[in-house]
Amino acid sequence: MKQKKWYDYLWIASLAYLILGFFNILFAWLGLLCFFIPLIIAIVKGNKAYCNKYCGRGQLFSLVGGRFGLSRKKDIPKWMKSACFRYGFLAFFFAMFFLMLFNTYLVFAGTRSLRMTVTLLWTFRLPWHWAYHGTLFSDGTAQFAFGFYSVMLTSTVLGFLTMILFKPRSWCVYCPMGTMTQLICKAKKLPPNGKQS
Amino acid sequence: MIKKKATVSIRECVACGCCMKVCPKNAITIPEGVYAEIDRTLCVGCGKCAKECPASIITLEEVTS
Repeated sequence: MKQKKWYDYLWIASLAYLILGFFNILFAWLGLLCFFIPLIIAIVKGNKAYCNKYCGRGQLFSLVGGRFGLSRKKDIPKWMKSACFRYGFLAFFFAMFFLMLFNTYLVFAGTRSLRMTVTLLWTFRLPWHWAYHGTLFSDGTAQFAFGFYSVMLTSTVLGFLTMILFKPRSWCVYCPMGTMTQLICKAKKLPPNGKQS
Repeated sequence: MIKKKATVSIRECVACGCCMKVCPKNAITIPEGVYAEIDRTLCVGCGKCAKECPASIITLEEVTS
């Protein structure tokens, strides 16, 4: 058995994040850490240390799918690990993310009123008004929180589904952040003349 | 003598690090965030990484030593 490090417990933070969003949606802003930390590590250090060590979501899937056995532990279908699907999913995720940012902008600009819903799988609008208790700032800050929590909850649900159907950390194969940081690392690995060393 | 060693399909590797975490010999590293590298001198061919790999792209190959 390997000695546990402090970062092996980051799954608690991931779980806490999901739970806190039920009580106060503004906690969703903390999720930006899961966006910026991997990107900064990839850009500055040129590696995927975030995925490899610190990703609490991956640890949560390992724990539930591995230790608790909530996974069939079957191979993921070939198409799901193809570059086509991985980059396609990244592009789709980006598009949905920018749509969310645009909706937030509309609330900031006052063109649209605040929608207190969490959109699951980009389709299903779940009422979530109990988690909003007002904000000191513009309603837009709350709209971003609802939007960002939707992104996080959707990816967790997808991750859990593939965890059950395939291997515990199947989400890692098509995780948009993983794909993006790998792309950054690939770009950093290229020598200046553009040819792979 | 025939031994088994783990081999990564580097073209398909997503560099997630699941294999690295379970390797009992710390034989796996992902130095540049692109793919996992297995130190064959350390690998004992236990197959834990192959079982763990979410993309199932690690195989055990027989090598003669």
